[in-house]
Amino acid sequence: MKFGTMSSLQKVLALIAIGASLAALLSPLAMIGETTVSTLSHPIAMTFALAGLATIIRFKLKFSIAFDGIMSVLGIWGIMVILNGIDKASFGFWMLLVAAWAFGWLYIERLSNVTGLNVFLTRLIGLITPVFFGIWILVLWEAITRGANVPFVLLPPPSMVWVKITTSLSILWADFQQTILKAVLSGYVMGCGSAFLAAIAIDRSPFLQRGLLPVGNFVAALPIVGMAPIMVMWFGFDWESKAAVIVIMTFFPMLVNTLTGLTVATNMQQDLMRTYAAGYWQTLFKLRLPVAAPFIFNALKINSTLALIGGIVAEFFGTPTVGMGFRISTEVGRMNIDMVWAEIAMAALAGSTFYGIIALTERAVTFWHPSIRAG
Amino acid sequence: MNKLLEGKIAPVVVVVSVLIAIWYCFTVYLNTPWQLDRYEKAGTDWTYSQLITDTMKQDRPVLPAVHQVVVEIWQTTVNKNITSKRSLIYHGWITLSATLLGFLFGTILGITLAVLIVHNKALDKSLMPWIITSQTIPILAIAPMVIVVLNAIGVSGLLPKALISTYLSFFPIAVGMVKGLRSPDQQQLDLMHTYNASAAQTFWKLRWPNSVPFLFTSMKVAVAISLVGAIVGELPTGAIAGLGARLLAGSYYGQTIQIWSALISAAVLAAVLVMLVGVANNVVLKRMGMSQ
Repeated sequence: MKFGTMSSLQKVLALIAIGASLAALLSPLAMIGETTVSTLSHPIAMTFALAGLATIIRFKLKFSIAFDGIMSVLGIWGIMVILNGIDKASFGFWMLLVAAWAFGWLYIERLSNVTGLNVFLTRLIGLITPVFFGIWILVLWEAITRGANVPFVLLPPPSMVWVKITTSLSILWADFQQTILKAVLSGYVMGCGSAFLAAIAIDRSPFLQRGLLPVGNFVAALPIVGMAPIMVMWFGFDWESKAAVIVIMTFFPMLVNTLTGLTVATNMQQDLMRTYAAGYWQTLFKLRLPVAAPFIFNALKINSTLALIGGIVAEFFGTPTVGMGFRISTEVGRMNIDMVWAEIAMAALAGSTFYGIIALTERAVTFWHPSIRAG
Repeated sequence: MNKLLEGKIAPVVVVVSVLIAIWYCFTVYLNTPWQLDRYEKAGTDWTYSQLITDTMKQDRPVLPAVHQVVVEIWQTTVNKNITSKRSLIYHGWITLSATLLGFLFGTILGITLAVLIVHNKALDKSLMPWIITSQTIPILAIAPMVIVVLNAIGVSGLLPKALISTYLSFFPIAVGMVKGLRSPDQQQLDLMHTYNASAAQTFWKLRWPNSVPFLFTSMKVAVAISLVGAIVGELPTGAIAGLGARLLAGSYYGQTIQIWSALISAAVLAAVLVMLVGVANNVVLKRMGMSQ
């Protein structure tokens, strides 16, 4: 491992961390009622700030990378403890936050500049960095909303959203079933499946292909979500209308991508298949579909997000009294913003999982593709 | 004739006319039950030709005929005063302004993020996965909350809608630009290095010019998606103005022709916007000497 010397950015971050630690020690930390408390009355925060101040010796000595990570975590811990006992944060609290943030950034900055690691460690760092970043976003969100007393309607702190999630699991599960399991999955399978079959059929006619590609590209760029009210009128309030919207939304991206993918096989490759006396279907399954796979998976990925959007937005135009879109629009009306965020968290989780499953399948199916071999 | 068949125009015309023909068939098929019901109640005799023409004349058809939509669009654009609340141009302009503002914000945000990501390893590793995750979150589902919450603190009108467009449009720009700014190969970067070029010089003289084609490709996606954001952003505002509001009002009162005309105008708007970006692309690339 090579650490190298500190870059100018790292020096600036180190100075910010030291300065903010000093300021946190000197200025009032927070208000409890009318009285002001200082950082010195909180042991964890005080340890953090004193250690932060002491890092001034890093300009003479070499510090290990893990030290910055530990400092950042210690800072987060101190901040969380303080948050539970105060009414309103003062300057010292924000300085503490800045110092912990600077240590966190320094940690990531140094970690990602380490060179000469083996594959496993590189992958591990590739995993740690975004997770650490995500945790920090949550910490900032929590500290700012609670420290500055941001109105609950504007932005509830994540801890509150978490409490809401754990206390209303049954509602969330019912909404999940209605929207994701019934509407989104059936619409997605029908839309992508029919577009795939249509693409294979159209592929046999170059004339249709030339005509449909521009039209398909055009339709794929249209605001198809707008079809939602019409579909609700045609197919009723239940999940069928949402599935219909999703079918229309997912059809054209899939059609266009599959058609493009089917043109990828080169003449040389097709000729080789001909010398093997392979028929149309054999060529299709053994050559043309496998080389089209990256395009098809691209469409499947785009469609996974589109399908969720379609399913939820279509519910704004009328649903039975269950479903994620329905819940979001009604709870917004009642100003139950924590419930809305709980639904959003679930939608985000469902969306990422959906996307992740497709991405993993893609890696397994198109293992030969350069973009996957490289990484 | 052969030349015509080989080009793109003839196939597209054929495909579009087939689609329109299918539309008409569906119009007759879907509107027939209501029309038959009508005849029965009135006790009139009917012939098939009469039935077919009548299905295309209903006030609130299940599926309006193409010409009904065209007539409605004509009446609400050319025959209406632009300031009138019933003019599609008025509603279209409201949506368009939110779209363009959001698109502008999104482009700036996307380029900024891409520049930061390309120049800082830590940001590349920590930010990039979250940018991708951010798009698996169905933001359009959050749109009503953003609008209502911003309304509650006194921000209303153009900005909330534009913010939703921003969120949607920054992503293709950021991803495309990261690719574009990284597109110069090692030889070119090494050459800049031998010139002792600073990071800023390498950026302005090598990376930025190289990324322009990528920028325009992603801008085409971004502007279309930005329009979708603006339309969905208009849904929860209680149907005041904009193409989204026309959709919502139409669905409340069962005015299918109004819904379809709003949809078609949104489609035309999207097509025009994408085309404009395409034209800008050609002009800029030509002036930079990069057009093929």
